[in-house]
Amino acid sequence: MKEYEIVVGLEVHAELNTESKIYCNCRNAFGLEVNTQVCPICMGMPGTLPTLNEKVVDYAIKMGHALNCKINSVCKQDRKNYFYPDLPKAYQISQAEVPLCEHGHLDIMVDGVEKSIGVTRIHIEEDAGKLLHDESFSGSLVDLNRCGVPLIEIVSEPDIRSSSEAKAYLETIKSILQYINISDCKMQEGSIRCDVNVSVREKGSTEFGTRCEMKNVNSFSAAVRGIEYEAKRQIEVLEAGGTIMQETRRWDDAKGMSFTMRTKEDAQDYRYFPEPDLRTIVVDEAHIQELKGCIPELPNAKISRYVKQHGLSQIDATLIAEDIDKSKLYDECVSLNRCKPKNISNWILADISKFTNDTGRSILETPLTAERLADLIAEVEKKTISNSAAKKVFEIIIKEDKEPAQIIEEQGLAQNSDMGFLEQLVKDVLAANEKSVTDYKNGKTNALGYIVGQCMKASKGKANPGMVKELVTKYLNE
Amino acid sequence: MKLYEKTAAELSEMLRNKECSALEILNDVNDRINDVEGKVGAYVTLNEKAAESARAVDEAIARGEELHPLAGIPIGIKDNISTKGLRTTCSSRMLENYVPPFNATVIDKVNDAGMVITGKMNMDEFAMGSSTETSYIHLTHNPHNLECVPGGSSGGSAAAVAAGEAIVTLGSDTGGSIRQPAALCGVVGMKPTYGSVSRYGLVAFASSLDQIGSFGKSVKDVAMVQSAICGYDKMDATSAYVENTDYAANLRDSVRGLKIGVPAEYFGDGIDDDAKGSVYSAIKALEANGAEIRKISLPSTEFAINTYYIIASAEASSNLARFDGVKYGYRAKDYDGLTDMYEKTRSEGFGDEVKRRIMLGTFVLSSGFYDAYYKKAKLVQRKISNEFSQAFKECDVIATPTVPASAFKIGENIGDPLKMYYSDVCTVTVNIAGLPAISLPCGKSKDGMPFGLQFIGSKFAEQTILDAAYGYEKICGGFDSLAKNL
Repeated sequence: MKEYEIVVGLEVHAELNTESKIYCNCRNAFGLEVNTQVCPICMGMPGTLPTLNEKVVDYAIKMGHALNCKINSVCKQDRKNYFYPDLPKAYQISQAEVPLCEHGHLDIMVDGVEKSIGVTRIHIEEDAGKLLHDESFSGSLVDLNRCGVPLIEIVSEPDIRSSSEAKAYLETIKSILQYINISDCKMQEGSIRCDVNVSVREKGSTEFGTRCEMKNVNSFSAAVRGIEYEAKRQIEVLEAGGTIMQETRRWDDAKGMSFTMRTKEDAQDYRYFPEPDLRTIVVDEAHIQELKGCIPELPNAKISRYVKQHGLSQIDATLIAEDIDKSKLYDECVSLNRCKPKNISNWILADISKFTNDTGRSILETPLTAERLADLIAEVEKKTISNSAAKKVFEIIIKEDKEPAQIIEEQGLAQNSDMGFLEQLVKDVLAANEKSVTDYKNGKTNALGYIVGQCMKASKGKANPGMVKELVTKYLNE
Repeated sequence: MKLYEKTAAELSEMLRNKECSALEILNDVNDRINDVEGKVGAYVTLNEKAAESARAVDEAIARGEELHPLAGIPIGIKDNISTKGLRTTCSSRMLENYVPPFNATVIDKVNDAGMVITGKMNMDEFAMGSSTETSYIHLTHNPHNLECVPGGSSGGSAAAVAAGEAIVTLGSDTGGSIRQPAALCGVVGMKPTYGSVSRYGLVAFASSLDQIGSFGKSVKDVAMVQSAICGYDKMDATSAYVENTDYAANLRDSVRGLKIGVPAEYFGDGIDDDAKGSVYSAIKALEANGAEIRKISLPSTEFAINTYYIIASAEASSNLARFDGVKYGYRAKDYDGLTDMYEKTRSEGFGDEVKRRIMLGTFVLSSGFYDAYYKKAKLVQRKISNEFSQAFKECDVIATPTVPASAFKIGENIGDPLKMYYSDVCTVTVNIAGLPAISLPCGKSKDGMPFGLQFIGSKFAEQTILDAAYGYEKICGGFDSLAKNL
């Protein structure tokens, strides 16, 4: 079999979290009772007219800056015409010829290697409604709450060469959307969706193969599965001497397969033309620069700072930077300068991540403030409490909303590191456990653990276990 | 003299002087409707709440409240302007039973002024036509000769004023739909500058060309209505900030020193000799009263009809796509699946002319044809606009015939779309360039049917064309708009 290369381009649709919809004053909110967040405008009643929510333009420009795009200060909106029951006007207002942002790029990191993915364009458009199906009703129902929810569509160049690059690209896009706070990024609510363009070609070839577009890809993991499936399918067709037909396919994640939706011959002619109901968008250059100033430090910059300045591993730095909540907690903790960044990272990636995964809660909504976490870690670093006691303190902070010092005192968790006390303790325990001492000297090294355990028991858990172990080892080997 | 025969300006004075009540005016108009509507067919729907509005005005007068000059004046509304709670059909089967849940901005303004809405006026289906014959509801007859068309698409609005079935009316003008029926019915009709009146609530035909305007028996009436309905509206992104001028109060009736441009292209072979003759006589009279006449040239006029039908149909094909049977309006009875429902609904719900334009518009926007048609038309549009801008450096207003001929017989042109489209030859350029223009009664044909004189102004020069029109009205000693022997 020949060696093949996968070529992927992604179109990401992200719903923006503006207060109101893009062309009317209806609330932009998810999950409310069907057909309640609607008005004559977003329902496309005859005679209504759209007026542009300028926040949408600002949000899209921010994303343009974050993805290093050229911002087109003058651009139009266009109508994309097609019939579907969830599209009340029978056209979607979008941008065709000139998008708000174009010619950008996004750097991703895959297996420790950095790669730049071209961003063709970012444009603004309105979302459509949703068809609903109900057992008790034989036809389809439509919910128009989503009509007019603002979207940006981010189109990549066909620069992606594997499903893992696609995943890295999507995850980076998602974290940037969160960092600049323009989208809720709730996959399960469909606030990010993507269409995947896949083709394959012989390795070394400079020509692109025929591409297929896959729709209905509803999660990043589905994108990975879809790309892998589709590439395999195309390679099999080519290996069998066939040719790939340009078509739109529907990804069925449950079945793990894609199916033909429409072939090139059936491709819709959207008859784009400039939207006559809206004026040309003209954005002041100073405003564009002002928006650039609002872009916070983005994940890529954070990762490099964490690695270079804090000595975190690439993996740990990425895991923290990709998650806006984790990085916020991390950065605040570090800035307090009370404990080592590496220890903060360990806490966030172990105990705190376990807690958020188990409970589904965001750490920013719990009583664990950066101050408290820094204090807690500092106590461990000062050896005031043991690691296991620290875990207990962490749990109590979350449950009871108290300061670490108070918890340590109330629970008597402070460990005793006084050398005189510890020497006396060890001596007493060794004297009371002569058999174990003999066992140890006869080569039964696990007797050491037993003796340390007895010391801890005798001190009611307060003795500093590290120091106890050192002392016990010292005396046994004397 | 009956109240319905009077102008809005006269009735306004009478109300102020307590010579009559708003309810008396309405009752008189209603009596007139009862007498002649069977012959004219101007209305699609009568407003059952009209008397309520009239009474409210009378009560306000009794309380001594300050009234808008148009308070208590009966007004008919073209049936493509959304009226909350009052059926708005666009004279189409598609919207035969559609009742809007909101008011167009102009309707809010009309209501705020205390005007009394008499009902909704017949029109060509979705404003597509020049004779009101494409209405699904019924025909409208020209009050000056019932065998003739009233013009269109705002035929009901023009005919109602000529028949005394309303004092003033609102229409919409996309390619001449106010001015052409105004000319054919012998009344005054004005199409304002694109953007000067909000389009919010006007069921769109061609969004970049549509504009709401008014009909009346006198220039002052039209000036009063325009003053009431114009102004920036945040609901319409294409509406413009204009000084909210009281055009009626500022009217000046002298044409002395007015520079009138006369473009040769509007007096060509396709224009009826008598129509030309009437307009030439009017121009001579204006000159005799001190106006300066300038010969000008608008060379791209010959491309206007083609340009107009490409742009207007393209936008219409998209604007009318929402009438798909899903949400409101007509839906076919029997269908097999979604596509079949769409096809049957639209095949049955739209008339031939609407379908013709949807197909034309769909074609010119299709990939492979877009550049050759739509894009080219937009270039010609710019050229036509530039020629007007050039012309307005030499003159204040441009005078042309409004129509190539007087009203034709019902049924005469309906089978020949191109001939029908030609009725707009003198009016479409104004929409293409987004300019204001007014049509005035201007002589009559041998058969006694009215011709029209059109004054075109530069953008937002409503006052200039109204002044010119007012001057001309004075020269004529007033217009004889009401149809006799009806």
